[in-house]
Formats: sequence, structure tokens, C-alpha cells
Amino acid sequence: MTVSAERVTGVGPPPDPVTRPRPRRRPRSARRSVRTALEVLFFVGPALALFLVFVVWPIIRAAQFSLYRWKGFGPLTDFVGLDNYSAVLHNEVFTDAFAHNLVIVVGSVLVQMPLGLAIALLLNRRIRGQGLLRTVVFVPYVLAEVIASVVWLQLLQPEYGVVDSLLSSVGIPGPEQGWLGTPDYALWTVLVVLTWKYLGLAVLLFLAGLQGIPADVVEAAQIDGASWWQIQRRITIPLLGPTLRVWAFLSMIGSLQLFDMVWILTGGGPANSTTSMATFLVTEGTKRHNYGIAAAASVILFVVALAFALLYQLLVLRRDTHDLSRLARPGSAR
Amino acid sequence: MSQLEVPSVGVRRGPARRPRPSAAQGGGSPLVYAAALLVVALTLGPVLYAVLGGFRTNAQIAQSPAGLPDPWVFDNYRRVLTTSTFWRYALNSTVVAVITTLLVVVLGLMAAYPLARYRFPGREALYVVFLVGLLFPATVAIIPLFILVTRDLQMGNTWWGVALPQAAFALPMTVVILRPFLMAIPDELEEAALMDGASRIGFFFRVVVPLSGPGTVTVGVLAFVASWNAYLLPLLLLQGEMKTLPLGVADYSSQYSSDTAGVFAFTTIAMIPALVFFLAMQRRIVGGLQGAVKG
Repeated sequence: MTVSAERVTGVGPPPDPVTRPRPRRRPRSARRSVRTALEVLFFVGPALALFLVFVVWPIIRAAQFSLYRWKGFGPLTDFVGLDNYSAVLHNEVFTDAFAHNLVIVVGSVLVQMPLGLAIALLLNRRIRGQGLLRTVVFVPYVLAEVIASVVWLQLLQPEYGVVDSLLSSVGIPGPEQGWLGTPDYALWTVLVVLTWKYLGLAVLLFLAGLQGIPADVVEAAQIDGASWWQIQRRITIPLLGPTLRVWAFLSMIGSLQLFDMVWILTGGGPANSTTSMATFLVTEGTKRHNYGIAAAASVILFVVALAFALLYQLLVLRRDTHDLSRLARPGSAR
Repeated sequence: MSQLEVPSVGVRRGPARRPRPSAAQGGGSPLVYAAALLVVALTLGPVLYAVLGGFRTNAQIAQSPAGLPDPWVFDNYRRVLTTSTFWRYALNSTVVAVITTLLVVVLGLMAAYPLARYRFPGREALYVVFLVGLLFPATVAIIPLFILVTRDLQMGNTWWGVALPQAAFALPMTVVILRPFLMAIPDELEEAALMDGASRIGFFFRVVVPLSGPGTVTVGVLAFVASWNAYLLPLLLLQGEMKTLPLGVADYSSQYSSDTAGVFAFTTIAMIPALVFFLAMQRRIVGGLQGAVKG
């Protein structure tokens, strides 16, 4: 889940601006269409080959592996049907991991949405040093998840870490095993670090959304005597709807793939209290060589992500056609 | 509003950016500045703490975790910078990121061109093949990918073994970002070029490639940063002295977890390239992300 581009990958494609076939110029001869086909092959061929070999083929193989018991050597012969799926779904470590992913999905949105919104509204005011502030807020997002995690691992060292020492100086003693070493707190601590790392992206996207809000609506409201807070609540935030929904979608898809941070901060522990679906499948695959189990887990991960994406599209993003028309007629935005 | 946003990301340049924030209102009261300061402190605090921690000794850190360097110690940084493994990891990271970026940019631009500007049966179907790729994160295919690269292709522990799959997984996004860019190139240009006797291949190299600069840079920057920060794929594929910086940092952190100052020095140096790159390319990264989301 190294995010930079991948997190963004979840977005649907921008619909083509110019797809409508233009009627003029029909290929006059067969020779010409052969030439076109060759040119297309020349241009698309290399990318398509790379894509088929390193994306499509491994995914097909994952589906295939998931039907076999396979330890990684010899041919695939031990066909077990859906046994691996049943084993994974009955494995408490996996179902817990799935639950952890859900906690992170929901927690990220619930924490980052209001915080990100607050910071974006703050940065959208006319204050000095605004450009610098924007850069600063975005810094954690640019760092590798690994680097951020390694730094936080040191900050969170039990007792001697700076977090514990700051907390105890205000009278809150940290847990004995440290925040990451106590099963009850570990997942929440991961969520805190995750929030630190990704809040900048939310702020950035919300700011972009804020800048798309037409000035005249806001001015009209100001002339009518609306307070800053009324304007935010009645105009800005509702108009930000589409941005918030797309961001939440990206955040969810990213949370479902959570790996790097957990791997470094806790390795899934203590007592499997922070595992994610991705750490489960990597552990099964690379440490235990249960390739069938790992493959079944990855298919389940994919199906979960797909189900999320489709449901979200159906239930939430669908409203955006409506929102867009509202944007076009800002007056109707209450 | 949505569909034309993506090309505008790069085409827009310099002062011609859109007018100042429309909804920006309210000035800065002391409370607003205090809040801003708090945000900065929480955001930058951990990073600065790591940078400064690299200038302290472990004894200093243990004695007063929240203190400043006193006296300033340069030994940690010197130690990291004089180890050959650090430079080796940095080299690996750089080479893998450069190969990935080149593959993504060259192959992505080539693929996006006919998908944007040719009319042939099956064009949309071909585009959909790439689109579907957006739905598949590398995590899902990681185990078969590991087997494919290490066994079938015998490219485990090589630069190309990591760069090829990384580029492949970055291609869908690249094609999606670049296609509208190339569609936005006016037809008149193409007609003029064809009338002057250029082939469509010639048009690609002489007109499309130079004109698609901004989009290409955006796509390239995203690919570079993603590769530079990547962890999972290198973790499975690279060992020993082929490791990249994130692997090196993670290793160092787990091997010498009690050497807090050393860990801070190592992470600080490892984060510098990404930060410098980000500051230099800020507008591209930000524009790319925003464009992708608004699409």
C-alpha cells in the first residue's frame, strides 16, 4: 500500500472528453487498416505485454493457486477445490485481520474527515505563510510509509520514547509494554500514526475542492450577513461533497491494503492484535509457504475491495451526478 | 467539471493558474494562527525530532527524551554516510526508480497515443483492459508475482525484477492520466503534419512527445516517488546488497533498535531525497493527485 500513486488508483477513470466517433474519414482500403493495426500494435504492444505478464498473469495465477494445496515446489497437483477459502475464512487470525482492516477503514474516515476539513478550512483563510503551511502539512505524505513508521517506532518506545516522556510529564503514564506492545492499544496507535501520515493528502484534496467553489456564492452570503461559520456549514461543506466522497473512497481502498506500516510498527502483534489481510497473506506465503492459503486470502482481499468499490459507487458516488448539477446552479445550494 | 480537469493539471502553467481561492474568507485572528501553529508542530514535530535526534547521543536521548542536542554530535550522520551499505542501498533505490519511471513514461505515452487519437475497432475495449488494472493492487498478486519473478524469470534480486512489475502496476494510472492529455492536442496540428507528409508515427515523435511534457512529468514524478517509497515488492524480491533504502532503513531499525540516535540519523538521510524531490516537483505531485481525484 505504498500509497503515492496507488492510493489514487482507486479512482474511476475520467470519462473521455472526445470519445464520440467522428464520422469523416473512413479507412479507404484494407491496406490502410492493416497499417493502422500495425501502428497500434507498435504503440500499445510493449505496454500491453508488460501489463499482461506482470499484472494479469499473476492475478490469474493467484486465482489458480487458491484452488490447490501447494507448498511452493513441484507441480500443482493437489487440487482441493474451495478448501483453502474455507480454511482462511475459518481461521481466526484472518477474520480478526479482516476486522482490523474494517476498524482502520472506518477509523481513518471518521478521524481524518473532520480533522482534514478543519485544517483545510483553516488554510483556506487569508493568513500569512499559507503556501508554507500547505507544504508543511503535506510533508508526512511524501515520506515513505516505512520511514514514517521507523521514526514513530522510536518515538513510541515504551517509557524512554519521547511520546511516553511527554505524556508522563503531564501526568499520563504510558502502558508498561508501550502503546504498540499492549494488545488493547496497539491497533489504535497504528491508526494514530496512519492519521499523521495521510492527513496531509486529505487536506490537500479538500483544499483543491474548496478552491473550486464559486466566489460569488460566498460573496452573496457575506453580503446577506452570514457569519464565517454559517458560510462553511451551509455552503462550503455541502459543496465539497463530491471531493469528500472521492477522498473517502481512496482512503478506504488504501486502508484495505494496509501493509507497510503494520509490518514495521508491530509485525501484526502483539498477540495478532494488529494483523491486516495483507500481512496475513504475506506471512502465510513467505514465512509458512502456504501458497494456496495465501492465494485464497488475496482473492478474498480483492473481492472485499471490489465489493467495497461497487457498493460505494452504487450508494454514495452515484449522488454526485446530482451534486454536479447543484454545483452548476450554485444558487440552489441552500 | 470533472472530465477536463486531468489534462488541465499539466497544461496549466505558471501564473496562468486559476484565480485565487474563491471561497477563501476570514482573515487570521490570533486563534487561527495558534491553530495553524499547532498543526505545524504536530506535523513536523516527529520529522524534526528525528533530524535533531541524529545530532544527539543515545545517552542524551535517554536522559532527556524531549531535549535538544547538547552538545551537537555529528558522529551518527558521519557513521551512516561512511558505510558502504548506505550508498549501495541508495544506488539500488535510484536505479530501480529510474528504470521504473522510464518504463512507465515511455510505454505509457506510447500506449496512450493510439488509445487517444486513432480510430480503430476495439479501441475502447483495449482501453478498458488497462482500466480494469486500476482495480488490482499489487498486494493481491504479490505471491504469484514473487514466484514469477524469482523462479520463472530468474530475476529475483535484480533491479529489473523489481522495476518491471512496478512499472506494470503503474501503467493503468498512467494511461488514464495521459489519454485525455493527448486527446486535447488539436486535430489541426495532426492534419497539418500529415499534409506536410509526416506519418502518424512521425507525428507522435515530433509533435505529441514534445507537447505532452507536462503530463509526462506528472506521471513520471508519481511513478518515481511510488518506486522510491515502495516496500512490499522489494521486501519479497531483494536481499543482501541489492536492497533498496526503505528495506535498509527497516533492517537497521530492527537490528539496532536500541541505537535510537543511529536510527534517526539513518532515517533522516534516507528521507532527504524524497523531500528534496517533493519540494522541487511540488506542483506536479500535488497537481497530479488532485487531477486524479477530480477525474
